[in-house]
Amino acid sequence: MLTRLLSGDTPRSGILTVFLLLILISLAFAPFLFPGTKSLETAARICIFIVLVASYDLLLGYAGIVSFAHTMFFGIGAYGTALALSATGAGYFPLVWGTVAGAIVAAIFALAIGLFSLRVKAIFFAMVTLAVASAFAVLVSQLSWLTGGEDGLNYRIPRELTPAFKLIGGKVFGVTVNGKVLAYYLVFVASLVLFLIMLRIVNSPFGSTLKAVRDNAFRAEAIGYRVVWYRTTATVLSAVMAALAGSLLAIWLRYTGPATTLSMEIMIDILLMVVIGGMGTLYGAVLGVTLFILAQTYLQDFMGVAAEATSSVPLVSALVAPERWLLWLGVLFVLSVYFFPTGIVGRLRERARASGR
Amino acid sequence: MSDTSIRPKMERETLRDLLIRKLPVLLVPLLAIAGLLAIGNPASWVTLTAAGLAMGMMIFIMASGLTVVFGLMDVINFGHGAFVTVGAFVGFTVLAWLGGWTAPPSVMMNLAAVLIAILAAMVVTGLLGYAFERVIVMPVYGQHLKQILVTMGGLIIAQQMIHVIWGPDEIHLSRPETLQGALVIGEAAIEKYRLLAVSIGLVLFLGMRHVLKHTRVGLLVRAGVENGEMVEALGYRIRRLFLLVFMTGSALAGLGGVMWGLYQETITAHMGSDIMVMVFIVVIIGGLGSVEGCFIGALLVGLLANYTAFLAPKVALISTIGLMVVILMWRPQGLYPVVKAK
Repeated sequence: MLTRLLSGDTPRSGILTVFLLLILISLAFAPFLFPGTKSLETAARICIFIVLVASYDLLLGYAGIVSFAHTMFFGIGAYGTALALSATGAGYFPLVWGTVAGAIVAAIFALAIGLFSLRVKAIFFAMVTLAVASAFAVLVSQLSWLTGGEDGLNYRIPRELTPAFKLIGGKVFGVTVNGKVLAYYLVFVASLVLFLIMLRIVNSPFGSTLKAVRDNAFRAEAIGYRVVWYRTTATVLSAVMAALAGSLLAIWLRYTGPATTLSMEIMIDILLMVVIGGMGTLYGAVLGVTLFILAQTYLQDFMGVAAEATSSVPLVSALVAPERWLLWLGVLFVLSVYFFPTGIVGRLRERARASGR
Repeated sequence: MSDTSIRPKMERETLRDLLIRKLPVLLVPLLAIAGLLAIGNPASWVTLTAAGLAMGMMIFIMASGLTVVFGLMDVINFGHGAFVTVGAFVGFTVLAWLGGWTAPPSVMMNLAAVLIAILAAMVVTGLLGYAFERVIVMPVYGQHLKQILVTMGGLIIAQQMIHVIWGPDEIHLSRPETLQGALVIGEAAIEKYRLLAVSIGLVLFLGMRHVLKHTRVGLLVRAGVENGEMVEALGYRIRRLFLLVFMTGSALAGLGGVMWGLYQETITAHMGSDIMVMVFIVVIIGGLGSVEGCFIGALLVGLLANYTAFLAPKVALISTIGLMVVILMWRPQGLYPVVKAK
């Protein structure tokens, strides 16, 4: 039953299983285990980014395509929901059709870009997506009558999902079960379902063909698979998943703006998370996201302490200043591409295999 | 006897074939004429065309290195923008030191200061290119996916190091005295600095063409683009040649960075990655690996960006993307496809 739910793709490493279970349990009971707004925000961010990063891994790790337009699809989904909610007011109907519309638009965009640039060379795709995504980001910040420009959109979501709504009068384990907790569980369940769907996709015959295309496109073509079709489908699927993750973010934050969805920084974050966690396995996305977001939230405090301690040494203190945390992640990123391209998950699985499990 | 000897039959190209073959070259004047028709006012057209050409030349300087590196070694450097940024910062630092040379209105002194700044920037970025090639690019030859990722990582590190060295704020610096202001010809005003940019770009393009077409190194580079393994088999160390090209490309990016910085008069740590978008569009339009295509692509992008910024500011942002789409529909490999299926 469990194996079936995981589509036969079990973690295949003891340590990895422990980590994954730990993350799953922490996320499932986050409102009760870690009370407080900041930790709930962090937990929701982790859920949403797991979907986003896993969908990117579908493209990068399984299909071997580098795209820089993933934040664009993320943004399309977020803006779809945000525009629908701000146009018609709070309600479940606009929430659903906005989400669906966002996903459809993302699919159309991905299809157009894919058909257009994947025929030539995979490397073309990286450059074309970079150009298109940056143009899209500028366009969104310019069309302020529609998108609110740089300020973004604030809107209302159904009342049941806001802190004002109380589900039960009393407290459960010392926590008031209000609409915010409900919203968190909406995000959590949706993320879990989307993740399992993606796990299903990559372990289907389609996923195996994708890997074949990634490893040797020429041979796959010779055997009779239409490489362009597989690559484009992977692009569209990953775009739709990214758009759905964007919609979740829009519902959770009750705000959508270029900085939270479209910026290049987020694209780089996604790239770092996938590579550090492990390309070509969706569990890598889970570990990468969790580590990265925890580091983003808590590593900076640690680096602040380090900077204090070394404040007498001029260059070193500048290097370990809290604002420079991306520098160290960049170094880690380059090192991991060289020395363990399969990321943390790949390493753990290798160890498990070596010890004869 | 001589009457009956068999001569190779040389078919003359029809005018139509010639036009089709030369069409990419004709695109630039065609676009300029279209711009004139759309704008209507010749004075503003001259100003905009000069601005577009200057912008195109600067983009060409930055893009040329990237395209040759790709053509020769099938390496795409997503960290190319880092060289642009570093070049700009080094150039600005040197110009700030030479404040005494840039303030007085003497043409020679001003140009000398700019020249020194450019040289310093090119030396630093050239050396940086050496380090980048050895440390970051060399281990991942022939693996596109890793190249993109690793050079992207290099870009992140370089940007963060700029923050460490020069601080997080943007830097302002006004141009040297004699390069400020504009020349007025009739009713059209042309900024002096743009003239300088156009001349540097033109000299560079002609110089590059000369090196590539008429020197031994250029011959090797072209042969390497065509078939690298064969060049190696003939006993040339193509890796060393590639290192040279990579360093030159980085130095050119540094030069472009100084010029772009002086053009904007403001530099930030992420200017390189912003410009890279434009550079990629140009490289794609021109055809990966082609210097001529890159030149034409840069001019097209520069002109189109300036015309549309004047005619319809909102459309300007996506006009270059539109241009790229149109060109790729017409020629899926770019204007001058050089690199065959590698």
